[in-house]
Amino acid sequence: MTSTLAEKIIGAHVGRSVKPGEIVVTGVDVTALQDGTGPLALQQLEDLGLVRAHNPEKTILFIDHAAPSPRKELSNAHMSLREFAAKTGAVLSEINEGVCHQRLVESYASPGDILIGADSHTCTSGALAAFSTGMGSTDVGIGIATGKTWLKVPETLRVVITGKLNRGVYAKDLILSLIGDIGADGATYMALEFAGPGAEAMTMSERFTLCNMAVEAGAKTGLFASDEKTRGWLLEQGREECFQELKADEDAEYTRTVEIDAGTLEPTISAPHTVDNTKTIGEAAGTRVDQVFIGTCTNGRIEDLRIAADILRGRQRNPDTRLIVTPASRSVYIQAASEGLLEVFAEAGALVTGPGCGACVGVHGGILGDGEVCLATQNRNFQGRMGNAEAFIYLGSPATAAATAIAGEIADPREYLR
Amino acid sequence: MILRGKAWKFGDSISTDHIAPGRYFHLRTNLPELARHVLEDANTEFASEMSPGDFVVAGRNFGLGSSREHAPRIIKLAGVNAVLAQSFARIFFRNSINVGLPVLELDTSGIEQGDELEIDLAAGTVRNVTRDQMLTFAPLPDVMVKILNDGGLVEHFRKYGDFNL
Repeated sequence: MTSTLAEKIIGAHVGRSVKPGEIVVTGVDVTALQDGTGPLALQQLEDLGLVRAHNPEKTILFIDHAAPSPRKELSNAHMSLREFAAKTGAVLSEINEGVCHQRLVESYASPGDILIGADSHTCTSGALAAFSTGMGSTDVGIGIATGKTWLKVPETLRVVITGKLNRGVYAKDLILSLIGDIGADGATYMALEFAGPGAEAMTMSERFTLCNMAVEAGAKTGLFASDEKTRGWLLEQGREECFQELKADEDAEYTRTVEIDAGTLEPTISAPHTVDNTKTIGEAAGTRVDQVFIGTCTNGRIEDLRIAADILRGRQRNPDTRLIVTPASRSVYIQAASEGLLEVFAEAGALVTGPGCGACVGVHGGILGDGEVCLATQNRNFQGRMGNAEAFIYLGSPATAAATAIAGEIADPREYLR
Repeated sequence: MILRGKAWKFGDSISTDHIAPGRYFHLRTNLPELARHVLEDANTEFASEMSPGDFVVAGRNFGLGSSREHAPRIIKLAGVNAVLAQSFARIFFRNSINVGLPVLELDTSGIEQGDELEIDLAAGTVRNVTRDQMLTFAPLPDVMVKILNDGGLVEHFRKYGDFNL
């Protein structure tokens, strides 16, 4: 029997081949939660008398959504995570470490793993050929305590990428365009498997961006085969021994295959209030913008900051447009500092914050005012997402964001490249 | 068991940000208080006007977005007996079962705001009393019926001490 990547990873865990639709109870390799979902998970475990971590070194409690805490209620929630870590030996990722998904790909997720996290963008780690999926507090709590979860083996939608992105067009534009095509529920309950020459050519940073947004099409996870680029990433992170090569069988069966010629894409925007409400830059250009936000688990990596800094270097943001830059993790922050990128942003008129989720979650650090418009590099533009249901959020690439900050209105990054 | 109540009609793509807005992030450890804002960004009157036993009736892809389990929890805590929608987002659907909130997938296009509904979970039927119509919904997967019947995943574990699916 042949297997897709998702079927292969789940099959290896249950010791037999599996097919879509089957329900399995499986061991999990990594469990994660964050400060928004964590307290509820830990409370469930307390109620059950299961205050323990089955695999403490691979149980990570992230304080990233409201870090540092803006309110005493959240400070108390953070304390509950610290206490659980102290009691069980689980890893606590403190306020300075950054967004959970970036930290997971840097230090914890490996090819072949099953990873469950109480955050919907847990699918990011699928770029390392891990079956990595978001669940709720109770599911992840049970996973932490017992090392197990139940899964329905998903059908797989294969996304074959051909061609090469043109100058000024990025992985973010590709994934927004795909979601616009298949819809916000176009892959509900499925795994997205990215393949083809265009996928093989992508950097790890680009792969993380694609997999991060798989859930925005309703998918359970996004997956890439692991290859020399995956090995290179793990080597850079000091854990090359975690590498194994994994790919789908040649004649695996897919529920659906979608082809994208990357060479035909243009800079793409998601307009309010859904991610699948996509427009080409030509259709969206000229929309006045009050705030630009560059960062998050989608586009807060060093490659993203370099792209934005190249556009912003020696230029100024529009006086009526605020610019916030939030590196995804501590190591991204340090690297950006050493390359002088943080200075470029500050000189261009940006507020550079410490690493974390930043303004994306709507808790702190850039809540929008009534009627205000934001262009952000994050993954979601739902009504109320950035803390105000009366505000409007557009999504785009870091290059589009940088160009927009300069222009004060949504702008085509190709006009600002040097 | 027959559930009886009034329909509260919502549109397509009701996200977890509509259900449990991020600006109330600090209330996530205070669910009764958070429940006072349930669905606030989709209908500002819902939380104060609904009666216990009423139903949320929506369009496509209900519950899309974040993994916050608080979303189905506060819908249940507010007294909603079941959510009916054309389709659901995956994590919300799973979370609902885990917290014991019935989620029913069916054609909701003929149900209007305020319609009186009678739902028979075991028989898989929804009777629209106001319009004298009978609708059916797809049965839940067996594994979910088991968890739902146990009262959610925590109760399932309390009963069996392990997964017993």
